Amino acid sequence: MNVGILYSRIRKDEKLLLTELRERDHDVEKIDVRKLRLGVSTPNERFDGLDLVVDRCLATSRSLYATRFCESYGVPVVNSHETASICADKVQNSLALEEAGVPTPATTVAFTKEAALEAIEAFGYPCVLKPVVGSWGRLMAKIDSRDAAEAILEHKATLGHYEHKVFYVQEFVEKPGRDIRVVATDGEPVAAMVRSSDHWITNAAKGAETDVFELDAELEELVSRASDAVGGGLLGIDLMESDGGYTVHEVNHTVEFKALDSAVDVDVAAAVVDWLERTAEPDSVEVSA
Amino acid sequence: MTEDTDSVVAEDPITGEEIELPADVEIGEIVDNPVTGAELEVVSLDPLTLEEAPELEEDWGE
Repeated sequence: MNVGILYSRIRKDEKLLLTELRERDHDVEKIDVRKLRLGVSTPNERFDGLDLVVDRCLATSRSLYATRFCESYGVPVVNSHETASICADKVQNSLALEEAGVPTPATTVAFTKEAALEAIEAFGYPCVLKPVVGSWGRLMAKIDSRDAAEAILEHKATLGHYEHKVFYVQEFVEKPGRDIRVVATDGEPVAAMVRSSDHWITNAAKGAETDVFELDAELEELVSRASDAVGGGLLGIDLMESDGGYTVHEVNHTVEFKALDSAVDVDVAAAVVDWLERTAEPDSVEVSA
Repeated sequence: MTEDTDSVVAEDPITGEEIELPADVEIGEIVDNPVTGAELEVVSLDPLTLEEAPELEEDWGE
């Protein structure tokens, strides 16, 4: 197949994908989004003849627009703009999970710091304040007291981008020092790992230790439902274990998998390319199945 | 420096020192200076040229 890779950085994740695609003799068109000009009425010629585009944009804003343009140009893109739109925004993410009946932490959104403070007080302490757009555990705050809440809200309202004036307040989930990351393709798990840390943020980007994790049937079903809730695709589904069972706190749409690839025996890039091949040529797979 | 033949050498634009990179580096790839830890981006293969990688921006992530 002729596959385009939208990127601005070739990280280890993209390198693994590129290597796997080339080893299978696929034609790869690397498209640096920093150099793109995307005409509304005239498709950019870089997309001519592509069977599939893989969005690996590092910046959420670019990912959202680039996937929209791909779809407007009639070029199949993974993940879809719909999936990107839902996953890129924590509010949309939470609503999609809730509406699909997927267990997800209790969350309240407020638009002023006064309303946010009321939401925080209603949750009690500790609770969590997250940016609606962002990743790698950045700018997340565990709020232990009213004094802390007032200070953080004041800073966000004063110093932040307008998106920081959308206050996303969430219950603090008591988890056993770890969370679970599952990479899945259209709801089918590729592999899973636990991320453990003494810090309340157990993100690999924050230095959490990783180890392989075997999914049970309950988790597999939850992963499938979480994937469907956001429109499917190549996803990183994050779950926590709590007294009430599993809860899905986030689904990521431009998932990084280098940490997972190192933690498990599964060749994650190979599994992803398997899925890309099936996605690009669904009819041929059906015939040969 | 090692005797690894599957490597190439490029100049770190920050320190001016030569650093060794895998021979299969490609345009857009981010490499770390093994001494300073600085992130560098491969912007050209012929000649092999590195630039300081862009600073982290708020909407970056996965």
